Amino acid sequence: MDLTTQYLGFAIKNPLVPSASPLSRSIDTARELEDAGAAAIIMWSLFEESITAESESSARFLAEQDTGFAEASSFLPDHADFAPALDLYLENLRKLKEALDIPVIASLNGITPGGWVEHGRELEQAGADALELNVYYVAADIAQSGSEVEERYLSLLQSLRGQISIPINMKLSPSFSSVANMAKRLADAGANGVALFNRFYQPDINVASLRLQPSLHPSTSAEALLAMRWIAILYGRTELSLGGTGGVHSTEDALKLLLAGADVVHLCSALLARGPAYLARILQGIGDWMEEQGFESIAEFRGRVSALAVPNPAEFERANYVNVLDGYSFSPGVMI
Amino acid sequence: MPQPQMVTIDGNEAAAYVAHMTNQIIAIYPITPASPMGEWADEWSSLDVKNLWGTVPEVIEMQSEAGAAGAIHGALQAGSLATTFTASQGLLLMIPNMYKIAGELTPTVLHVSARSLAAQALSIFGDHADVMACRATGYAMLCSASVQEVMDFALIAQAATLEGRVPFLHFFDGFRTSHEVAKIEQIDPATIRAMIDEELVKAHRARALNPDHPVIRGTSQNPDVYFQGRETVNAYYQRLPAIVEQQMDRFAALTGRQYRLFEYLGAQDAERVILLMGSGIGAAEEAVEHLAARGEKVGLVKVRLFRPFDPAALLGALPPSALQIAVLDRTKEPGADGEPLYKDVVTALAQAMAEGDRSAMPKIVGGRFGLSSKEFTPAMVKGIFEELAKDPPKNHFTVGIIDDLTHTSLRWDPSFQADAAEGVTACVFYGLGSDGTVSANKNSVKIIAEGTENYGQGYFQYDSKKAGAVTISHLRFSRRPIRSSYLIGDDQASFVACHQPTFVAHYEMLDKAAPGAVFLLNSPTTADRVWHDLPRRMQRQMIDKGLRFYVIDAYRIAAETGMGRRINTIMQTCFFAISGILPEAEAIAQIKQAVRKTYGRKGQRLLERNFAAIDAALQGLQEVRVPAQASSRFERPPVVPESAPEFVRKVTATLLADQGDRLPVSLMPADGTWPTGTTRYEKRNIALELPRWETDLCTHCGKCPLVCPHAAIRSKVYPAELAAAAPKSFLHVPIKGKDFPQGYHISYQVAADDCTGCGLCVEVCPIRDRKDPKRKALNMTPDPEYHARERENWDFFLGLPEYDRSRLVANKIKHAMILQPLFEFSGACVGCGETPYIKLATQLFGDRMLIGNATGCSSIYGGNLPTTPYSTNPEGRGPTWNNSLFEDNAEFGLGLRLALDAQVDQARELVRRLAPRIGEVLVDGLLTADQATEVGIFEQRQRVAALREQLNHIDGAEARSLEALCDSLVRRSVWIIGGDGWAYDIGYGGVDHVLAAGRNVNLLVLDTEVYSNTGGQTSKATPLGAVAKFSAAGKPTFKKDLAMMAMAYENVYVAQVAFGAKDVQTVRAFLEAESFDGPSLLIGFSPCIAHGVDMSHNLRQQDLAVSSGHWPLFRYDPRRTEQGENPLRIDCKPPSIPYRDYVSTETRFSVLNRTHPEAAERYLRLAQKHVETRFSLYQQLAELAVQKAPEKAS
Repeated sequence: MDLTTQYLGFAIKNPLVPSASPLSRSIDTARELEDAGAAAIIMWSLFEESITAESESSARFLAEQDTGFAEASSFLPDHADFAPALDLYLENLRKLKEALDIPVIASLNGITPGGWVEHGRELEQAGADALELNVYYVAADIAQSGSEVEERYLSLLQSLRGQISIPINMKLSPSFSSVANMAKRLADAGANGVALFNRFYQPDINVASLRLQPSLHPSTSAEALLAMRWIAILYGRTELSLGGTGGVHSTEDALKLLLAGADVVHLCSALLARGPAYLARILQGIGDWMEEQGFESIAEFRGRVSALAVPNPAEFERANYVNVLDGYSFSPGVMI
Repeated sequence: MPQPQMVTIDGNEAAAYVAHMTNQIIAIYPITPASPMGEWADEWSSLDVKNLWGTVPEVIEMQSEAGAAGAIHGALQAGSLATTFTASQGLLLMIPNMYKIAGELTPTVLHVSARSLAAQALSIFGDHADVMACRATGYAMLCSASVQEVMDFALIAQAATLEGRVPFLHFFDGFRTSHEVAKIEQIDPATIRAMIDEELVKAHRARALNPDHPVIRGTSQNPDVYFQGRETVNAYYQRLPAIVEQQMDRFAALTGRQYRLFEYLGAQDAERVILLMGSGIGAAEEAVEHLAARGEKVGLVKVRLFRPFDPAALLGALPPSALQIAVLDRTKEPGADGEPLYKDVVTALAQAMAEGDRSAMPKIVGGRFGLSSKEFTPAMVKGIFEELAKDPPKNHFTVGIIDDLTHTSLRWDPSFQADAAEGVTACVFYGLGSDGTVSANKNSVKIIAEGTENYGQGYFQYDSKKAGAVTISHLRFSRRPIRSSYLIGDDQASFVACHQPTFVAHYEMLDKAAPGAVFLLNSPTTADRVWHDLPRRMQRQMIDKGLRFYVIDAYRIAAETGMGRRINTIMQTCFFAISGILPEAEAIAQIKQAVRKTYGRKGQRLLERNFAAIDAALQGLQEVRVPAQASSRFERPPVVPESAPEFVRKVTATLLADQGDRLPVSLMPADGTWPTGTTRYEKRNIALELPRWETDLCTHCGKCPLVCPHAAIRSKVYPAELAAAAPKSFLHVPIKGKDFPQGYHISYQVAADDCTGCGLCVEVCPIRDRKDPKRKALNMTPDPEYHARERENWDFFLGLPEYDRSRLVANKIKHAMILQPLFEFSGACVGCGETPYIKLATQLFGDRMLIGNATGCSSIYGGNLPTTPYSTNPEGRGPTWNNSLFEDNAEFGLGLRLALDAQVDQARELVRRLAPRIGEVLVDGLLTADQATEVGIFEQRQRVAALREQLNHIDGAEARSLEALCDSLVRRSVWIIGGDGWAYDIGYGGVDHVLAAGRNVNLLVLDTEVYSNTGGQTSKATPLGAVAKFSAAGKPTFKKDLAMMAMAYENVYVAQVAFGAKDVQTVRAFLEAESFDGPSLLIGFSPCIAHGVDMSHNLRQQDLAVSSGHWPLFRYDPRRTEQGENPLRIDCKPPSIPYRDYVSTETRFSVLNRTHPEAAERYLRLAQKHVETRFSLYQQLAELAVQKAPEKAS
């Protein structure tokens, strides 16, 4: 049985690629992922904010501790010239490259053009096989138009493209007026793939303190359907590698994305919840399903239920919405 | 001889360098000014820096200096080379072990940065009182006089102790030498290796306790042999001076620097000679060379090896021509007929006479100088020589002060400057502690000293205030080594910089300027107008001295280049641009290099903005033409108002004007007793923004006065008609709530000149405008007009009466915060997490409070001159305060209670005896008074007043005794206050004992989880995984659960509180603790700048600490057991946020993710589990069913 697929120009052994998560921080868990069958690994994200915040706080609380007190010229030891976040990341990347045979994809997460994107070159030099650019941007400025937001993505991509020659994967949010058009423009600007979709971690309100608090909920299978739709729409219409991400918890979730046309399926919450070895079970499940269905290779069924392939592509569009609403009824006892 | 490496370091680092290289075990404990030695050792070991034997020395922090000495004793007995560092009170704690270590002939070197001892007052500064207290221990004593000598003598001492087996106390002057930055030759490891004889190390090891060939030491001896045993060591001491001299010679052969036990400098036929040791030698050398060059027959004997004292070596160094000798001691022994060095010299000469080695006795006088780092200058040395020329010269003199009481002091000519000042570039900088002036200046010394042929010296005067601390940097540069061990004096500085615009109104900084000097001022006023901003005297000085004047708007440049309020690089750039010490381009390149070194790995953006600031500084620097005439009409305002009490006007004001050196002895209280409540006269005006009260929104909840660390926002409730006379802008509204009578108004008022602008009052304010959520009932404003207005309003506010305390219900925050705080405007840090607890206690109990305060932050902001914050109410009552020691505070407080109880017992007995004459009703009232409430206390005070009145008419000794004791019949509240360093570590034995003793005392532990005052060293309160000094790799053990340990006694009231998380619980706990007739322990979570988080987040951090389970809130009240209830009540919810969410907000934790990521992760997991299990344990304890106690344990 042939599980191989193409991803960002690599031929990889199967379509399961763990997405950016803390699992890649440790060489041991990364190895476990590889042993479980991961075809490539996306490293944990290097956040622009963490680099900036760290440099500001270490400047404020370590380098600039002047007090003017006779008894205490400082309060925290700042003697060890410790490695900043970027150095640690590069070190982690080098170690992963040494320890693993599968491709290692570095991940940069930020929103500011210029500046830190230059770090991309250092990641390339440290051996990254590809780079994922995660533009985690909330367009909160009411004066900023959608096209300006899109421009931000494109300019970030272009500046990164100018720095490196390895493949670039863009991790996108679903908040675009035209996801398909955006993908096309990213391809034109030099992207090699897209991962659909990024999850915005929504802030929550604590009703006791009346303050905002961060919230972090693992994804659910239902979320994968959004990616599935857009992959189905994009399949066959772009050169970009298509990755489905967010909400893949079972073999079935993974199969759906592949059937919609994904080249690879990214896993995160499921692995965090069940451990790296769970990847092997999904992979096993794909094999079992293929055997059951009589498929010999991924290529045989990839995109089988894409917009190009289904008899009524509109089902991926508004019709689906109408159907769902019609099929939804309120629980008994709920007053409307 | 290899080319020596030149380094620019201070004395502490020089000592630590040799100590770390030549030892295997280093036991440490923080104490100023010795702490940095331990910090260096700890840091080097954490970085795996190895010693001579290729191993990393084990550095261990102990619970006290006594503990460190014990650990060293053990390590030495087990055959390791071991050392420790200390000073002052810490050295006193080591004395018992020092006798043992010396008695057992054990080689070791103890490095001491010598410091004053606490007598009439504590002082952190330098003199020899501490080391002189060790004369009898049997330690050899070797004294270094400069930073270079510290490194050299540390090694010579180590070599000599191994050979001679007598332990060494190697000491140097605290601050003057320990903290002076100087360019010195670093001894290379090969030289250290050559000085340490491996055979002697082996011999030491061979003497170790070893079960393979066991011996017994530390026996108990009887009258038959103890005496003989003491005499066995004589030979070791007799040969030790020769050993030291040989080691000095070996050292000279290796390094070219030759030392002697006693060294002479001066005219070969000198008739007048002075002897001294320590840093004062530098000033003395300059004076002697100057005078000798002019033909005066004067000389100086530098004393190096003080113990064993070698009379022959002394006489060998002293020129036979000497006729008048002054021996100077940097210490005071009240009641002695002379200080130690003086008496040794007299004895040496007398012995020589008696033994026929000398035929004539010179006149010898002794004098004291330099106590607590008092200045000692070449001018004073000249004054001593002039005195020696008199017949007879004054004996037992003092120099450096004006003693108008017993007339010991010598006169000197302050204008005298020695030749040594020629060729020296002297620069003085006035800055704020937080603006980075000191670190920039240290860096400038490094740049100049290491980048050029120049020698450099940096010495820094610090402030005792923690908020808005002022620093004065004294920098010298010269082609020759700099020996000037004194501050840059008047008319000596060729460069004076003022880094703060407001300082021109407070400091006579141009007194220091030499003719033709450069004056650099940071001012927002442009070059064409700045002249008019200066006081008249300053203008005159500029004209008279022909100064060149430059101005820079450093705060504007800092803001524009993203540097915030950090102006150090900007001012440093200007210094190099106009001082001419280095070519400008070279200097700028060096500054940028230094910036790169500091920030390079911390981020490109930081580098870029520093570089931008440097470039902008060069462009923004402007020369101001100094007019020919002074035009200013204003002089500096008086320091304190005319209305201040006489003592404040005479003494406090002089201290505030930085003229304390001029105060004569007669104006000093003889026994260390000072008036309280003087901070109110020190108007520091350091807030950049002030809170503004919005009367339409405010609900009068009282949270703002509660959290204010400086008691700078207050509320008062008073009859509305009193506001009729108020200034127009004074705000007042009818108080909300039914608890107050009709027609009463409330005002919230900021003390504009006392506020530090921390913003915590605004942070805590719970009320927001629904239409404009950014507007709270309090908002910060930078408006200068508002500031001026509120100054006037504050004065009016102070004149309003206090509300009747007996009508307030203190367990309501709103009520409690109407009580007058009797702790105000302390020097604590901006946003301090400790002071709100103390302030609260003074509001609730201040008028009957006695406080014993452990040494630490709370004793410094609580009792450091020039002004002190404990104050009095309109009746003149208020907290009375004393600081005994660091280690004995609980015992000291217990002593207060014992005395009070004894006085009450005696007073009651006398009342009973005099009952027929006092009257039954009054006697009954006095003896059965219920003083549980404010009303009860008020009534008892009235009874005591009536008793006094009665006693006026009663004759007899008993009545007179009762008169002296009757105040004790009013219930007193004893408070024992200190930090975690005291309660968890050094004073724990006492805390434990006092809790167990069952007496009515209240212990308040201000838990910052580190030794805050000495710079954030680890204590047993430090949490797992926190980075602190002495735990550079994260603390590997859990925080000690002090509350649980205290609860185990079952008869102790215990509460853990965090006012920023749950203020009502805090207030309740304070009231319950005070009302409990037995020992109480309150442990208050106190965020501190040492946590690496901005103190504007003080309250948020408390909230996070509680929510994450790090700081559970609870109260354990033994009285509940008597009611059949469980004594423990948990006052917070189970941990509701991940521990990670708390620790990620504080640099003390987050930095470990970078330095030791795996350990950080491991600690985090352990801590998460720990907070959960601990909470569950507390919860289970709180749920246990309790049987009603049959009877109270006695």
